[in-house]
Amino acid sequence: MTEAHSIVPSDELPAVHTPPSREVAVELVGVHKWYGEFHVLKDINLRVLRGERIVICGPSGSGKSTMIRCINRLEEHQQGTIIVDGIELTNDLKRIDEIRREVGMCFQHFNLFPHLTVLENLTLAPIWVRKMPKKEAEELAMHFLRKVKIPEQANKYPGQLSGGQQQRVAIARALCMKPKIMLFDEPTSALDPEMVKEVLETMVSLAEEGMTMLCVTHEMGFARQVANRVIFMDAGQIIEMNEPNAFFSNPQHERTKLFLSQILH
Amino acid sequence: MSMTFDDGTFIRTEMVTPLPPPVRRVGAIGWMRENLFSSVLNTMLTIVGILAVLWLVPPLVRFMLIDAVWTGENREACLGPGVGACWPFIKAKFGQLIYGFYPIDQRWRPNIVFAAGLVLMVPLLVPSWPLKRLNSLLFFVAYPIIAFVLLTGGNINASAFLFERFGLVHAITGDVTVAGVNVAFWVDYVLTALLVMAVVGGLIAALGGNGRAAARAAMWVFLAFGALVLVWDIDFGLSYVETRQWGGLLVTLVIAVTGIVASLPLGILLALGRRSQMPIVRLLSVIFIEFWRGVPLITVLFFATYMLPLFLPQGTNPDALLRALVGVALFSAAYMAEVVRGGLQAISKGQYEGAMAMGLTWSQMMRLIILPQALTLVIPGIVNSFISLFKDTTLVLIVSIFDFLGQLRASFTDPNWASPVTLYTGFAFAGLVYFLFCFGMSRYSLFVERRLNTSHRH
Repeated sequence: MTEAHSIVPSDELPAVHTPPSREVAVELVGVHKWYGEFHVLKDINLRVLRGERIVICGPSGSGKSTMIRCINRLEEHQQGTIIVDGIELTNDLKRIDEIRREVGMCFQHFNLFPHLTVLENLTLAPIWVRKMPKKEAEELAMHFLRKVKIPEQANKYPGQLSGGQQQRVAIARALCMKPKIMLFDEPTSALDPEMVKEVLETMVSLAEEGMTMLCVTHEMGFARQVANRVIFMDAGQIIEMNEPNAFFSNPQHERTKLFLSQILH
Repeated sequence: MSMTFDDGTFIRTEMVTPLPPPVRRVGAIGWMRENLFSSVLNTMLTIVGILAVLWLVPPLVRFMLIDAVWTGENREACLGPGVGACWPFIKAKFGQLIYGFYPIDQRWRPNIVFAAGLVLMVPLLVPSWPLKRLNSLLFFVAYPIIAFVLLTGGNINASAFLFERFGLVHAITGDVTVAGVNVAFWVDYVLTALLVMAVVGGLIAALGGNGRAAARAAMWVFLAFGALVLVWDIDFGLSYVETRQWGGLLVTLVIAVTGIVASLPLGILLALGRRSQMPIVRLLSVIFIEFWRGVPLITVLFFATYMLPLFLPQGTNPDALLRALVGVALFSAAYMAEVVRGGLQAISKGQYEGAMAMGLTWSQMMRLIILPQALTLVIPGIVNSFISLFKDTTLVLIVSIFDFLGQLRASFTDPNWASPVTLYTGFAFAGLVYFLFCFGMSRYSLFVERRLNTSHRH
């Protein structure tokens, strides 16, 4: 799944030092989830502070994606409490919409809308959800396209872009909603090795601006560089959580050690 | 420098410059060799194809053009030996084939309807022409109203809606008309609207939905329909032409266009309903779709024409053409629903998640993301349904509505034009007309498909 050559060597890049505040951005308390009989999330407890950057890793099927997808209700949890930006997630559609407006998400397969141009992909949510005038939304979109360094692609369709460019468009699309929290679900796993770097650079610059981020990724170089905390999950549980230096140099749990020895050579 | 294999290692010293592809199609002979005679089987098929063309086309051309009779007043012209198509017959019956028994002095009314339809539809079909919003408003809202008034004569004399059927309103209001408007009807209408709003709102609220919004939606439907009735009630001084007098291509087009325009939105709603998370909505959609797909169109038309009046309260006798129209529209909506559902199933979960994660509501997600892609995918299926609907309209013949083909067959019975070739001529002409319409739809759909195919555009 993770390839060694796609890992950005950590010593090449300076670490990001944006201290998190004391405010809580996301809180999960005793969260459980089942897929039918299968217990996929077991007693998840996690508190993410505003401005904090969390990297979540673990073997496939460990529940990492499911966990962050619970935060914007793409998956429903069955037990426990999830509070996002001070709003508790319930079945109330209004609250779900409110949370989704504040939480941006990037997916492994980008999930861009192929029938819309890049610019239309970016302006869609600001226009329809934030009720922004079209002109203003387009200016905003161009601002973020410049930021992810592909303003010249604005009028192309997603199918005409490379994977790395598509993922950067997806990041810009999420940013156009001015989210307070960003979720990344394996944003570089579907990319060619040569394109991983451009996406990670975009994510690093986002981290430097103090965005609250939860990233499911196996890019350990990225984790070392930007994460405040690294979480290792296995079998639906949080196995180990630590700040990156300690996590990589001195893992405690046997499962973590095994995992790290498999992916770091 | 070319690459050689005499050594295990290799380092490129200069890049190969791109060259034009080898030329394989040289002129007509090259093309023929590649496409017609590339293999033994292909050669044989080519020869069979040429023979089939030689066997079919010359007799057809001889019948339709060379041996055809072009002038004449009656059957005498088409009686001679070896005579081809009898075109004077078509010419003599042309008016009937187009308008049916629509009064001859009133034929300008369908003519305006035809012309207005064409004038409004063509710019709608050309993507680069401006004012699409105004254009579609005119075509989908204003045009049907005007067409109705022109074709029927308007002035529908609305007198009873629901309560009045049981004689409940008239007794109280009496026979009052204000400025040509029947007060009893409108009291009845408003009462019915309030009743429906209360029932719908209450039901939805009881099911856990937004009752107020549902009641408001019902109110808008009643307001819109009320406005329609108000327009249709105006006396424009046009004589009344009952639908029994309509016929020919006019009826074919009225049924086909109404069916097409009504079945797509209805089908989309049904498809969404069938994939809904709400069990009752899903169940109702499934029942509706499976019911209409389970009965033949002929049965539907028979039921609508001969049995429905037995169930309806006395005094309500909806027009025969209207009943057939509703039957055809609902029937094709069920088929359309399944076509659209196929498209919806082809859209990946990622598109839904991408849309939801951005905070779009369900209806925004469907309208802006899912349906545009799903419908584009199933354009061939949609147009397939349109084409088969267009041809199926001819089944209304069995409930004594004379569409284009029905009118044609009726004209065969005219002894003035009884000749050995009348039948062939008529069907050749009908085939040509149907083909033009269906082929037109098919070509246009190909054009739209190519235009909307953005996902693989490079």
